[in-house]
Amino acid sequence: MEEEMHTDAKIRAETGTGSSPRGPGCSLRHFACEQNLLSRPDGSASFLQGDTSVLAGVYGPSEVKVSKEIFNKATLEVILRPKIGLPGVAEKSRERLIRNTCEAVVLGTLHPRTSITVVLQVVSDAGSGAQLLACCLNAACMALVDAGVPMRALFCGVTCALDSDGTLVLDPTSKQEKEARAVLTFALDNVERKLLMSSTKGLFSDAELQQCLAVTQAASQHVFRFYRESLQRRYSKS
Amino acid sequence: MKETPLSNCERRFLLRAIEEKKRLDGRQTYDYRNIRISFGTDYGCCIVELGKTRVLGQVSCELVAPKLNRATEGILFFNLELSQMAAPAFEPGRQSDLLVKLNRLLERCLRNSKCIDTESLCVVAGEKVWQIRVDLHLLNHDGNIIDAASIAAIVALCHFRRPDVSVQGDEVTLYTPEERDPVPLSIHHMPICVSFAFFQQGTYLLVDPNEREERVMDGLLVIAMNKHREICTIQSSGGIMLLKDQVLRCSKIAGVKVAEITELIQKALENDQKVRKEGGKFGFAESIANQRITAFKMEKATIDTSDVEEKAEEIIAEAEPPSEVVSKPVLWTPGTAQIGEGVENSWGDLEDSEKEDDDEGGSDEAIILDSVKMDTGIEVSDIGSQDAPIILSDSEEEEMIILEPDKNPKKIRTQTTSVKQEKAPNKKPVKRRKKKRAAN
Repeated sequence: MEEEMHTDAKIRAETGTGSSPRGPGCSLRHFACEQNLLSRPDGSASFLQGDTSVLAGVYGPSEVKVSKEIFNKATLEVILRPKIGLPGVAEKSRERLIRNTCEAVVLGTLHPRTSITVVLQVVSDAGSGAQLLACCLNAACMALVDAGVPMRALFCGVTCALDSDGTLVLDPTSKQEKEARAVLTFALDNVERKLLMSSTKGLFSDAELQQCLAVTQAASQHVFRFYRESLQRRYSKS
Repeated sequence: MKETPLSNCERRFLLRAIEEKKRLDGRQTYDYRNIRISFGTDYGCCIVELGKTRVLGQVSCELVAPKLNRATEGILFFNLELSQMAAPAFEPGRQSDLLVKLNRLLERCLRNSKCIDTESLCVVAGEKVWQIRVDLHLLNHDGNIIDAASIAAIVALCHFRRPDVSVQGDEVTLYTPEERDPVPLSIHHMPICVSFAFFQQGTYLLVDPNEREERVMDGLLVIAMNKHREICTIQSSGGIMLLKDQVLRCSKIAGVKVAEITELIQKALENDQKVRKEGGKFGFAESIANQRITAFKMEKATIDTSDVEEKAEEIIAEAEPPSEVVSKPVLWTPGTAQIGEGVENSWGDLEDSEKEDDDEGGSDEAIILDSVKMDTGIEVSDIGSQDAPIILSDSEEEEMIILEPDKNPKKIRTQTTSVKQEKAPNKKPVKRRKKKRAAN
């Protein structure tokens, strides 16, 4: 279980070597992650990004119902529960996106005829749909790592928004999202920074798409460094 | 997932330990586990940890029409959900008994005790009242769900602020949080449930059972009380037979425990209010202990995007242009056109399969495709001929395409595999129907 250690957890704010011509929009808000906070699930993680916070719990590999059994790989199931009200169609669609991302990275063939269940609970939601998806992806990845599920890569979710005059804003707040012309969420893997999943809303040109992709790739480097450092901290001996 | 059964030796061990007044986690008989309350950034959101049992509570409000028989009262709605992450046995269809029991107990505790003043939730009598909705999610099940849930519910209700409303004659103005500070709910008292687990037919009792102890208990007594020592709800389940003085003793213990818990809740609420007023940081991010080795934070970070534009342009320049997909509309009749070929029509299969019984399954030379549309030349010819524009003639003659079975085995994928001969007259009405489908 968790031990208390006197280590300085805060990291210095990173500043880019060259100031971006896109202005002050390109920065990620602060985030925090806590792993192994629940005792019943095999793996759990809580991921906080700005005002959005998602708690993920993973059970697996474990027993699967015969109706859902796949003979040569693990059955991956993702369940997303909103904070208020019953889950609806938006949750179902997000579940599918997250499941497709997870299926691309989890080595299901190592555990055939088992089930891996990822349960996500929205703990705090600043009213932004795209930010929530990115936070869910990050929480799911950290929870899968905590559970020890074999994966071929880690993944992260990054959101960016394009406002009416073409300015790119990374990690938009809910106000920025509402006023944006287009909001794009990408899931990237950490081995080759390839695109695993994209979910976009709004109008944009293909040049803008490539720019957004390039920016999110740069941002994902940051998120992966955060993953690495938080895991290093956890398994450190000093 | 099925619930892992409790082994006999574990059961015996627990019961023997309880007989010797020992608990697995070292608590005394009347001790509660550590209660930790943390609040989120928005009002009405809290997480309560009772030992390892964790419950998330959120209160929200909405203006609705009141119930017909209670036109001047607001509506309260409670919903406790046992999330699938709380225990592997909690699957959507499988937890109904426990869920109903907990929800009902929670409702009796909070609604019937009239701890919230519903009259104050009325805005316009008979037309608009506030509906307060309390959503509780169990995140981790380590025993004693009802206590944790009742604490989470009452804390969330006390923490919640609803938007301010003013009524002037016929006009109702709803103020946003920016215009006017939101208003807290009017709460008369705070009922809190205390659970007592009984073992060996009521001989031994434990307060705040954890998950293992709940598995081996005989019965459960839940007393909901407030700090004024008023019993709001009392429920005994499990079929244990309790004596009068046992119940009285439990209520006295409950009184003491509730006083302690209420004090803790008040302190937590005051702390949070102080932090918010002073402008400090509040929310779940702050409640993550910095020293925990499993927790990690990172402050705001800027990303260098100076080379983004060049990279993007490079990618676009190198990318292959998208293949031209020219849609060739096919004009059937004035007013009816078709783009694309659609999926191979499988209506014919149904009728063929009915006729199958009459036909022999012997090998024949010809397999006749009867699901033919006028432009399914694609099926038979090469893909390369797509460039030729397809012009429809008015003739209703059907193209009979005869395939050799071994050459194109793929073509019979939607066909019934047995070979059959179609009678020509049957085809006409069938074909006409299909044509209409193709034209749609």
